[in-house]
Amino acid sequence: MKRTLVDKIWDSHVVVSKSGFPDALYINTHFIHEVTSPQAFDGLRKRGIPVFRPRKTRATADHNVPTIDQHLPIKEALSRHQVEMLTKNTAEFGVELYGLGHPYQGIVHVIGPELGITLPGMTIVCGDSHTSTHGAFGAMAFGIGTSEVEQVLATQCILQYRPKRMKIEINGQLKKGVVSKDIILYIISKISASGATGYFVEYCGEAIRSLSMEARMTICNMSIEMGARGGLIAPDETTFAYIKGREFAPKGADWEKALAYWKTLYSDADAQFDKTLRFDAADIEPMITYGTNPGMGMGITQHIPALEQVEDKERPSFKKSLDYMALEPGSALLGRPVDYVFIGSCTNSRIEDLRMVADFVKGKRKADNVVVWIVPGSKQVEAQAKKEGIDKVFEAAGFQLREPGCSACLGMNEDKVPAGMYCISTSNRNFEGRQGPNARTFLASPLTAAAAAITGKVADVRELV
Amino acid sequence: MKKNFQHLISTAVPLPIENIDTDQIIPARFLKATTREGFGENLFRDWRYDADNQPKADFVLNDSRYKGEILVAGKNFGCGSSREHAAWAIADYGFKVVVSSFFADIFKNNALNNFILPIQVSDDFLQQVFSAIEADANAQLEVDLEAQFIKIVATGAQENFDINPYKKACLINGYDDIDYLLSLRQEIEKYEAGREFNF
Ligand code: SF4
Repeated sequence: MKRTLVDKIWDSHVVVSKSGFPDALYINTHFIHEVTSPQAFDGLRKRGIPVFRPRKTRATADHNVPTIDQHLPIKEALSRHQVEMLTKNTAEFGVELYGLGHPYQGIVHVIGPELGITLPGMTIVCGDSHTSTHGAFGAMAFGIGTSEVEQVLATQCILQYRPKRMKIEINGQLKKGVVSKDIILYIISKISASGATGYFVEYCGEAIRSLSMEARMTICNMSIEMGARGGLIAPDETTFAYIKGREFAPKGADWEKALAYWKTLYSDADAQFDKTLRFDAADIEPMITYGTNPGMGMGITQHIPALEQVEDKERPSFKKSLDYMALEPGSALLGRPVDYVFIGSCTNSRIEDLRMVADFVKGKRKADNVVVWIVPGSKQVEAQAKKEGIDKVFEAAGFQLREPGCSACLGMNEDKVPAGMYCISTSNRNFEGRQGPNARTFLASPLTAAAAAITGKVADVRELV
Repeated sequence: MKKNFQHLISTAVPLPIENIDTDQIIPARFLKATTREGFGENLFRDWRYDADNQPKADFVLNDSRYKGEILVAGKNFGCGSSREHAAWAIADYGFKVVVSSFFADIFKNNALNNFILPIQVSDDFLQQVFSAIEADANAQLEVDLEAQFIKIVATGAQENFDINPYKKACLINGYDDIDYLLSLRQEIEKYEAGREFNF
């Protein structure tokens, strides 16, 4: 039978399939962090059971951590407590921790791939919805809740129903100044924040194939923002070249064996998808969001929909959203001043993102009215940026290169955008209050964010390169 | 944890807003607790309280006319982050049922794992529920899990809802996924032994 990639991975991970029950699915890799794991460890203690396969779980501290002076104790008591609990829990249960100060520490979805832990054909879960990032390697990766974290710790399995499969094909080639973040913001703006609920998405087509691994991760990362369970891309030579030689990647004979297997990981020609969507890369311009969910996005030169263009029953939510953003229906964003620029998060904080920004800002200086935060995704990204002199470029431009963590993506640490201020952000969510109470977020690509840093307003990067 | 659920008649709290994401249900800055208790206080925190921690009079949870164990919300409820804290906050506040015309996947799972019943109804029925509550803040809803229906008591309008049989049994009997998975221990070990690529 012809099978999709999702089916191939699913079938090879089913431990038990009983009618009337969800499938018990084996999990190859489990990532945990300080925010969604303490209650799961507590659950194990209450049941008096150990972690079943401690070596298949890896931990890092990312959500809460400060992004300056990481060598000092965390000032905020609750955050410190959560990070300490992670240290205590991982030590007690024998789980490897890349905590603060460790050279591998970083945002959970950045470190998995860069360490060669994330591999094609795996099932990967984490108590974090952007686990879909790892799908860029042809893995089935998805976010879970804390009860499920406990299930995986206890049994290395999770109960799941087979998702529906959606294929999203992006044909053609991207235009200058348009990058992978624009592709995914474009797709979400077309199909809405719930357009892929219940589906696992496979991205394919010429435009996807020509992307680097970093760029593919950005796309898979935001699958959840259209409601998808996860998103993946079949592995190819780009994938294999990225993995080869990384810390935990298979080596020698294991590598050859793994490679032979990975080459079988694609959707068979004529495999049935429950839904197929096609887009043309040439139609995509740099994107920006104007509202309070990632589906409320548009091309940078376009206007926010006027009230009449919004369906009757959606108007109250639309108005509420624009009220929060203090924006007028029908208005343009181009030229609007911004106060903060945040370049970071598991969507866009990899070395390639930093290089892209550095290339663009080299020899330029930030506008006086903006604060620019650059938060690398990991210690390794930070070290690499320094090695390449990217830190100097940022310094000359007046940008702050901070230390790794989730930072202003969700404002759990001190990095909050003040109330009422506008932030152009490379992260993945523009929800009310996401970057701080009453903060207003425009989601965009690293290039568009860099353009805003230099001009102090929403700008079309195509006119600046 | 209060386990199991079968039948409920209650007034409801209406929240006719679409795409309510988990950052609204429980903002990230309240995720720092290491236990499951006490999240109810911060349910819908930024809609419920102003910057000085004073209750906002126009938010429905601060409106004494509305109460009950059922929350009724607009389409695509619970989108966004996977934080189970959202479900804990809803349960801790005292809701047992959430009604909407569409739920985000992870939220639905998290809710069920915490013995909250998410009931997906048609757009039309959802409107009827909102209208009934608008007409009378004390309008009651009846939910029957065994028979899988929800009813507006005043008008008698009712609709059947779907729930997968496994989750239904879990809710009715008060057992959870880990109990089931732990019973599969032997099968899991057998699977591991038979796998060629056990990364
Ligand atoms: S960077 Fe943001 S989206 Fe990514 S894991 Fe951290 S909080 Fe979640």
